[in-house]
Amino acid sequence: MEYLLNEYEVERDDYRCIRCGVCARQCANGVHSLNEVTKRMEADNSQCVNCHRCVSLCPSGALKIVKNRHTFRDNANWSRDNITEIYKQAATGGVLLSSMGNPKDYPGYFDRMLINASQVTNPSIDPLREPMETKTFLGKKITDIVRDSEGRIVYKSKPGLELSVPIMFSAMSYGSISYNAHESLARASRDLGIYYNTGEGGLHKDFYQYGANTIVQVASGRFGVHKDYLEAGAAIEIKMGQGAKPGIGGHLPGAKIIKDISETRMIPEGSDAISPAPHHDIYSIEDLRQLVYSLKEATNYKKPVIVKIAAVHNVAAIASGVARSGADIIAIDGYRGGTGAAPTRIRDNVGIPIELALASVDERLRQEGIREEVSIVVGGSIRSSADIVKAIALGADAVYIATSALIALGCHLCRNCQMGKCNWGIATQDPELVKRLNPNIGYKRLVNLITAWKHEIEEMMGGMGINSIEALKGNRFMLRGIGLNQKELDILGIKHAGE
Amino acid sequence: MLREGEVRIPSGCAISGIFHKKGGNINGSDIIKSISVMHDRSNGLGGGFAGYGIYPEYKNYYAFHVFYDDKASKAACELFLEDHFDIVNLSRIPTKKIDKIRNEPLIWRYFVAPLPTKLASRQLDEREYVAQCVINVNSKINGAYIFSSGKNMGIFKAVGFPEDVGEFYMLDNYEGYCWTGHGRYPTNTPGWWGGAHPFGILDYSVVHNGEISSYDANRRYIESYGYKCNLLTDTEVISYIIDFLNRRQRLSFQDIASIIAAPFWSTISKLDEKLQQKLIYFRNNYASLLITGPFSILVGSEGKLMALNDRLKLRSMIVAENDEMAYVASEECAIRILEPQINRLYAPRGGEAVVFSLEE
Repeated sequence: MEYLLNEYEVERDDYRCIRCGVCARQCANGVHSLNEVTKRMEADNSQCVNCHRCVSLCPSGALKIVKNRHTFRDNANWSRDNITEIYKQAATGGVLLSSMGNPKDYPGYFDRMLINASQVTNPSIDPLREPMETKTFLGKKITDIVRDSEGRIVYKSKPGLELSVPIMFSAMSYGSISYNAHESLARASRDLGIYYNTGEGGLHKDFYQYGANTIVQVASGRFGVHKDYLEAGAAIEIKMGQGAKPGIGGHLPGAKIIKDISETRMIPEGSDAISPAPHHDIYSIEDLRQLVYSLKEATNYKKPVIVKIAAVHNVAAIASGVARSGADIIAIDGYRGGTGAAPTRIRDNVGIPIELALASVDERLRQEGIREEVSIVVGGSIRSSADIVKAIALGADAVYIATSALIALGCHLCRNCQMGKCNWGIATQDPELVKRLNPNIGYKRLVNLITAWKHEIEEMMGGMGINSIEALKGNRFMLRGIGLNQKELDILGIKHAGE
Repeated sequence: MLREGEVRIPSGCAISGIFHKKGGNINGSDIIKSISVMHDRSNGLGGGFAGYGIYPEYKNYYAFHVFYDDKASKAACELFLEDHFDIVNLSRIPTKKIDKIRNEPLIWRYFVAPLPTKLASRQLDEREYVAQCVINVNSKINGAYIFSSGKNMGIFKAVGFPEDVGEFYMLDNYEGYCWTGHGRYPTNTPGWWGGAHPFGILDYSVVHNGEISSYDANRRYIESYGYKCNLLTDTEVISYIIDFLNRRQRLSFQDIASIIAAPFWSTISKLDEKLQQKLIYFRNNYASLLITGPFSILVGSEGKLMALNDRLKLRSMIVAENDEMAYVASEECAIRILEPQINRLYAPRGGEAVVFSLEE
């Protein structure tokens, strides 16, 4: 007996349905089928993940997916999720797996901060009529000017990244997402003058041409890492942790390790790609320093090294250690950050909000006088341009986005990436499904999204009387909290609205 | 109501500056005359002046001008000064009782030199030692505030209209080669003399008209380098930025202007490669010192005066020159009142620094 109740139900308007069968052909989960006897379309609701593929493609608008109204007896303590998860585990004996970011109802701090605007005492600036600058540089800054023997300034900065707008596509491996998704990200980055990140899956040989806009990642599994790979990118990222699953490594099931991916990752076809939880050559901060300098040495000190950490409780102290380890950029990933697969309990219960982590790290590095030693990039659920403005005002140099980028490519956040049956051609390696994501359209949609956000950032900056993103960085006077207690305000380093 | 430093108070203003290129003497009454014609640009809540070359007899000593709330703060501050400096002269700063200036604090002046043993033990260069001592007093000794700390220069400021402040300090008794003046129009009642302009650290003084939108970005950067912004005013943070870049990084005023009022990227892209390299270097490495929002500032330092507008020129500022003299003011009338015959009159573009230096 199956104790599980279906989470969603397909509602089909039989009057509108023309029996074309597109829903059946499009659903990789096998929900829809034609009953040859009744000549009517039927649905197996138990397989539906609510990804909207059938709804979007139904030519007569006959479909909608609704949450199953069938319910357990009301209970404020035992939720539907609690109960059904126990049924699943009792049936299988396994660890629960989920995808994408923590969906639980924890407070979101971006939604509890408001942005300033100029009135009377100084003018707002109109971005349609005046220059408005969003260009920024990441990397170590020179704060003590170097002069040659004749006293002339040596105009040479340290290795870094130049961004036309302070947004980058965060790490998503080839394997966790499809070839076409990677191509879309790479081409959009080149068009936009920003960067995308290979994740821990290596770099497909076709994408070396986008190297100048690529960040290559080195993670605990070292998949796909070799000299050409390190040299191909504009920067190298050491992945110490990920917001969706702090404390554990990545896991790509063997089913997804098809030929191309096995070549790129340099592992046998069909074998599980399981990254160790820690880097086994990094058990402490001094070990991290050695890896940072090994990578710099291997690339002739020409590329900045990013160290990515998950936002955990003592993130400020960790970041301070990282800043002193030779890293040029620290990437901090908040607990809302997405993933292609993570144990549900870890995704939903480990880590802290990126807003609080960012505020403490930025303040701590300033107190220690080492803020200019590193740039700070934050990710973990940047959902809009307003989140970006708030993150930069709190002290970030730039943001990483991944979930937003996937949504731009068509992701409907059904959170079943781990199944490998993504109907939108994003989180799958099934060639039939991958084809559904057209990179010519995909890259354009990413360019559109970032362009739209850039315009919105400019509008908000102009309203504050700021015409360069650099003058917004760490400018916490431009933020006020709403509905926050004093402790939260203190951590964020902002005043309450009305103060 | 919160005192200045506990709350941030934006203000509009008038500024004026006079500079004698050959180092000749200008009487303090001239700068009062100039700033007074812009009366309507202030609202009686702050006025002040900086004079350079005014203490030739003590030119090798740092002149500290100090406000005290009471005798206790004076005693505490003097204990600190005696511990760190050789005090060669101390006195009240002479003032005149006038109806329009009231509630004055105790106002004292000290001519000092760092104690050589103390200086050696701190392993600091002399000016850094003095700057640190001043920041220490201002942030740690309650009720004491050193508002002027340079050699052969002095700042005089108060709550009131600038012309009354000038009369109160009897500036007609001082002569110097450079003067700057300021009339303040704050949007709130500061009621505290320390909040008036000019703001100074060592021989740098700044008068400022504007409200910068980059304030907190600038403040949080500069505080990483040992400065403490106690007043929460634009002028204070700008002064510290100038001190950091000019004294500690040894950058010229022109280079400082290309950091704090940096050219737009669209402008930089049209320049020759060498200049591009330099400006990209400055904008990258000193990104957090870019000042946005409206400002016109006059920066005084030993032998120099810089006038600078924000990069969009959102505040009025005009410059005039004759053979020996240079004038800068928010309005032309403030220059014409002193010198009707002007050889060259121009409004510098946004971000274009005009720097006058004493001729050798």
